[in-house]
Formats: sequence, structure tokens, C-alpha cells
Amino acid sequence: MAQPALQALTANRLRDGAVVYWRDGAWDESFVTAEVFDAKADADAALARAALDVTARRIVSPYLFPVRFEAERLRAVEEREIVRSEGPSVRRDLGKQAGGKQATHV
Amino acid sequence: MPLIKNGEGIEDHFVTITDDAPLPINGTIVSLTRFKAERDTLLARNAPLGVRLKSAESPEELGEDVHRLSLIVLEFPIFRDGRAFSWARMLRTRMGFTGEIRATGHFLYDQLAFMTRTGFDAFEGDFTEAQLARALAEMTNVYQPSADRRRTIRELRAV
Amino acid sequence: MYRYDEFDARFVRERVAQFRYQVERRLSGELTEDEFKPLRLMNGLYLQLHAYMLRIAVPYGTLSSRQLRKLAYIARTYDKGYGHFTTRQNLQFNWIKLVDVPDVLSELAEVEMHCLQTSGNCIRNVTADHFAGAAADEIEDPRPLAEIIRQWSSLHPEFAYLPRKFKIAVGGARHDRAALKFHDMAVEIVRNEAGETGYRVMAGGGMGRTPYVGHVVGAFVAREDILAFLEAVMRVYNQSGRRDNIYKARIKILVNALGVDEMKKQIAREFAEIKAAGTLQLPQDELDRITAYFAPPQFEALADETPVSDDPDFADWLRTNIAQHRAPGYGIATLSLKPIGGVPGDASAEQLDAIADLMDEYGLAEIRVSHEQNLVLPHVRQRDLPAIHARLKALGLATPNAGLVTDIIACPGLDYCDLANARAIPIAQAISERFADLDRQHDIGELKIKISGCINACGHHHAGHIGILGVDKKGVEFYQLQLGGSGAEDASIGEILGPAFASHEIVDRVEEVIGVYLDRRTRDERFLDTVRRIGIAPFKERVYAAH
Repeated sequence: MAQPALQALTANRLRDGAVVYWRDGAWDESFVTAEVFDAKADADAALARAALDVTARRIVSPYLFPVRFEAERLRAVEEREIVRSEGPSVRRDLGKQAGGKQATHV
Repeated sequence: MPLIKNGEGIEDHFVTITDDAPLPINGTIVSLTRFKAERDTLLARNAPLGVRLKSAESPEELGEDVHRLSLIVLEFPIFRDGRAFSWARMLRTRMGFTGEIRATGHFLYDQLAFMTRTGFDAFEGDFTEAQLARALAEMTNVYQPSADRRRTIRELRAV
Repeated sequence: MYRYDEFDARFVRERVAQFRYQVERRLSGELTEDEFKPLRLMNGLYLQLHAYMLRIAVPYGTLSSRQLRKLAYIARTYDKGYGHFTTRQNLQFNWIKLVDVPDVLSELAEVEMHCLQTSGNCIRNVTADHFAGAAADEIEDPRPLAEIIRQWSSLHPEFAYLPRKFKIAVGGARHDRAALKFHDMAVEIVRNEAGETGYRVMAGGGMGRTPYVGHVVGAFVAREDILAFLEAVMRVYNQSGRRDNIYKARIKILVNALGVDEMKKQIAREFAEIKAAGTLQLPQDELDRITAYFAPPQFEALADETPVSDDPDFADWLRTNIAQHRAPGYGIATLSLKPIGGVPGDASAEQLDAIADLMDEYGLAEIRVSHEQNLVLPHVRQRDLPAIHARLKALGLATPNAGLVTDIIACPGLDYCDLANARAIPIAQAISERFADLDRQHDIGELKIKISGCINACGHHHAGHIGILGVDKKGVEFYQLQLGGSGAEDASIGEILGPAFASHEIVDRVEEVIGVYLDRRTRDERFLDTVRRIGIAPFKERVYAAH
């Protein structure tokens, strides 16, 4: 059963290195509210706009990555992105999984 | 392209020419390939001569001819290709070259101090005199000897 | 240990200002990320999976209590309350903000520390035997020379943009505890037949994608010539190392391509010139001057004793974690950072502060970081061991497993590292828990398991008696086993057993491998010895048998 490939857009914030996700033209630390692209054109357009944020020194290294929904909950597909969206699997008290940070715009 | 030599912005009195271009009258920079091919003609001219080396080309290939050159241009194809630091050092120390060693290509403000220490005295790039001066003043002392013969921290300690 | 004079202090302060200016130019946009990256790497600042990671240099793994307290302070103030000790004796903080780094560097400069050249294509932290100055088998303390090399290599103008990173280690004992043969360059203090002390220089060792054991390029370099010789090696490498392919750019590739004889010839040529120039000669009085900083403490005239404690765990700790000291009545204590099921090499700010207090109370001037990710107190009076054990136990630092199967080395892996393909720490934890029983650990004996989360081999898996390499197969973590590696003087590269295993079965396979050893070993054979004697075929057969 073929499904459209879903993608999200991520980067690191320049000043503090925090992992951020694109949502509606802005960058947010929260993964669960990340914008999900089901059309390649939309994803590419967002990536192109992200390049402007690189020039504007808000973020570094933006890239698209695959995501999926698991019972309506957004999840990354690859282990690397899962770890990046949650925090170290060996320190569940740290990072996004610990819920410490509020959604912060860059 | 701005040129700074010995800390001051100067006019470039040399022209870099390609391997097949005719030789101009005055100061000329040719590639190593051309120098090897036309050595006698080039050295017979009554005009300052420079040779431009790619990062993979060792100044050793010039041999004793190096003393008949006014200028050696060392290329940085990309800042992280650090071979030219060794080439400059070799020119100054092993080969005793006293002419101009000019850096060209892609290099950073943050490399200017290293370049000066290893023997560069001219920089072709978008730098100002003030920036170069600042770069050279960032670290007052040095731990190790290099082509610049600066007193090292060990020597200063002994004082 | 070394103490900065006004020149060192000024150097490190100016370096902080230099980096502060680099950060300013990055934040203002004057430098792009591509231009800034090599500059921040030269200051040990990586952009990792979750945040920036800052690697702090711990020269030859030596720290004072004052420095430990500062590291604890930085962990609490600028990070998330802990640090990670690495396989190159350095300390890493995982959650540092770029904008805070200049201030962190200022803090470090106050206690004579820095992050210079802990990353990047330059000469890295010089490592040395963590038992230096204390070990019974020591010929000479390697750290004075390591300090001299550190200074010579700091902001060396010719070698700041090498083809690739360059790691140097120094050894001075019969047993190699610094993994010399796996370094880009290593210096071993040796004595010749005439009883003179000189240096054996090796080059071309390395881990990574293509591991190599280093070759001797200078069998006996005279003391005064050592810096000239090292500079000669660096010059050959800088000039001739490959620049076209980052996976073929280390000196090990060059040595292999040229052959040792040609490499020695080229080094000899450069060396002759440098020596003749005279500016890099190392006079005996300078060596003596630096050596004086590393004078050991005044050892009391004591006799060896076997301390006892009411705590039954003390005997276990004494058995594995105390190594023989060259002075009677003293011992070398390994503080295990491998609690059962814990993250290898991590230490909390509280632990660092408490260790600093302990050091001050017992008059212990130094602590060492081992490349096996443990801490070492080098000069402990045997009679103090029970009390110190009690303190360490309360801090979770007294796990009696030094050198045993649960004393695992693991890189941060995919839990932290941007380069990783798989997680390494959970595998270490699972193995640790599987083999937690101490009797079982002693039955197995010496077994060095080393785990890397990617081919860059920061976990040194090629030198593990059992080496585990995490790989990525279509986004899923798999683990490949290697057997028979060693980082000691009998250096060898582990042999790959076969196809990789899924994460849910790797621990079972490791248990099977150990099972084969227990079945087949002869009396007194360590795991490594049995592997070398019987080869990997019996192990292969067992782990790949149909399950």
C-alpha cells in the first residue's frame, strides 16, 4: 500500500545549537507540532525559505527528513531523527523528552 | 584584487598570465608548468619574474632558479589545504628565498598570523591593513620557532 | 603537574579573546558556517545531534582538584550537570551554547585549562599513560615530554591545516597503557644497551575506517633531537598527505602508500635540515626544568600492607581497582566510571566536586583520566584505601570492575553524536547488566569490550578484545563483532566475525562468544589469549549457528 512520503524540516539554532523544527515559516523546539509536508513541492519550498534563515544567522544545516504518524502522534522514521526529536535514549531526563523547554521561536 | 605587502596596501606590479598568453613587458607571473617549459626565455628577460605554484607543487621544483625570481605566489585552493604553509617555510628556510611570497586564493583572516610566521609577506585578498595588523597582534607570544625567526616563549623565559 | 607561568597564562587568555572574536564574526555574519566550522573545531566545538558539544583538553589526562571543581561549575552553570570523559583523556560537555563558549573558555583559563586543538585537522591533545609517575613498570614519566610536545604543537603555524587530525601519545613504561601503536605518532621512552635513555618514534597507527598498527620510524632518537624529529614527521605529512579524499588523508595511509623505508627516508631528510638549523633542539636543562614540575609527591617510607575494611565490598575493590605502585605502601586507585548499567565515562558535577574534596582531604594533588574512560588516583596510601573506598562507594564511583567485562569503553554514539550510525551506550549498559554478577566477572577475567557507534571508531573497537561496531542497515541499528584486538604493546586489530546482529540479539551473541572462551580456555588464559590461540572460527561457528 503506497503512502505519500511525509517529511518535516529541521535545523539547529545557531546561537545555542538547539534542535528546531519548521512550522509555518518559523522555527520551534517542539517536534510534535512540526509542519508535515506531504507534497514534495511544499517541502522543497520550505527548505528554500530555510536557506534565508541560514543567511540571517538564525539556524544552520536545515534539511528535510521522513516522518510518519503513529496513531495520530507524529514520529520520525529513522533512529537518528527519533533520537534528535526526543533526546538521548540513555538520559530520559534530558532534552525534549523531558519536556523542559517551552516552544520557543527563533 | 587588493594586495597587501609588508602590512601596507600596494599596487600590484605584476601581471599573472596564462600558459599560452604572450609575455608582457614588465613584471610577470607564470605557472610552474610554463616556467619549466620556457625557463631560459623567461629568465633572460629584463623584467621581474614570478612563479605561481599550485598547492600540490613543491618549491623544490624550482631549485636554484628560485634566487632569480622576485616573487613566488602560493595558491590556497581552499583554506583547509595547508600545504602552502610548508612551502613558504621551505622557501624561506631551506632555500633561502628572500623575494616576495604572496598568498592567493581562499584563505581566512584567522590564517594570516600563521602565514606571516611561515614566511608569507604579501596577501592577495579582501583584507584591510587594519585587519592584518589586528590578526598579527592577537597572540603576543609563540611557543615554537618558524620561518619568521621570532623569539619563542622558551627563549623569552630564559631572559 | 605543570603550572602555567606568565607566558602560558597570557597565551591562553589571548586565545580566549581570539575565539571570542571568531564567535562575534560568526554571529554578525562576517563568517559563514563553512568558514567558522574549522575555527570552532580548532577550539573543540562540535555541532552534535542535540546541541553544541565542547571538548575540553586534559593534557596527558592530568587534573588538579581545583580544575575538577571548575569543570563541575561549568557543568552546572553552562551545561546539564554532567560531563563525559573520552577515549583521548579529554572531557566533553554535550549541551553548551555557542554564545556561552567564550565565557566558558574564560572560566577554564582561570584554572589553566583550554579547548585548543581538541578537534580539527591539527595536532590534538597529547595523551599519556594514566599511571604515569606511579606505575611499578615505568622507565620514565612520559608527561614532561608530553608537556613539551603540547607547547610546541600549540598554534603551530605550519601544522594548523593538516590533511586530517593528528593524534600523539607518549609512553614510558614496559606495558603500553596509552595505546601508542594506534596513534598517528607515538613516542616511547626507551633505554638502549648502553643504558642511555632515548625515544622510539612510531608513526602511521590509527583506528577509523582502515585501522593500522604504527611502524617504527625512529628506533632511537636522542633526547635533544626529539622535537626536530617530530617536526620532520609533521612536515612530511603536511606536504604529502592526501588532500583529495578525507577518508584517505590520515598519516597511516601515507605510511602505507610510501612504505616505511621511503617514509623514513623522507623524515630523515627533513630531520637533518631541522637539526642542523638548531632552533628546535631540546637542551637537557629545559627537559629538566619541565620534568621538575612533574616530580612525584614525597612518598613516606612505608611498607606494603593489605588494608582491611568492615565493608565486604572493599576486598573486591582492592582486588581489581588497585594497581601496584612503585613506592611501597602505596597503590594506584582506579575510580570506575562504569557502574553496572550506567553510561560509561559520565560523571556528574556532584561527583566531580566530591572527588575534589576527597583529593584535598587526603592530600592528593592529581587525578588522571584514562583513555578507558575511568579516573585514576595515582598515589594513594594503602592505609587510606578503606576510607577512600567508603567515600567513593557513596558516590557510585567504587564499582570493583577495572579491566573486567563490565568495564566497557563506549563512544557517545547515536544518543549524542552527529556522525553516528547506531547507539553504543545502551549496548554497553545491556552487556554490563547481563554480566553484573561479580563472581561471573572474575571467572571471565580480563576482557576489554569496546564499542563504537560508527566507523570513525572513537570507541576504539578495533583494539577491543571484543570490539563492537554499530552500523546502519536501512535506518535500523545493527552491530558487528570483532575479536582479538589489543591496544597494548601487543597491538592487534580485531578480526570481524561476520554479518552484523540486530540490537535485540547482540548481547546474547556476546554471551555466546564469552561462552566459547570459557569452554575452550586453558589454565590462566585470558579471553584475548584464547582467541589468539584458537582463532575466530570456533566463535564464528557458535554465534552463527541456527537460532
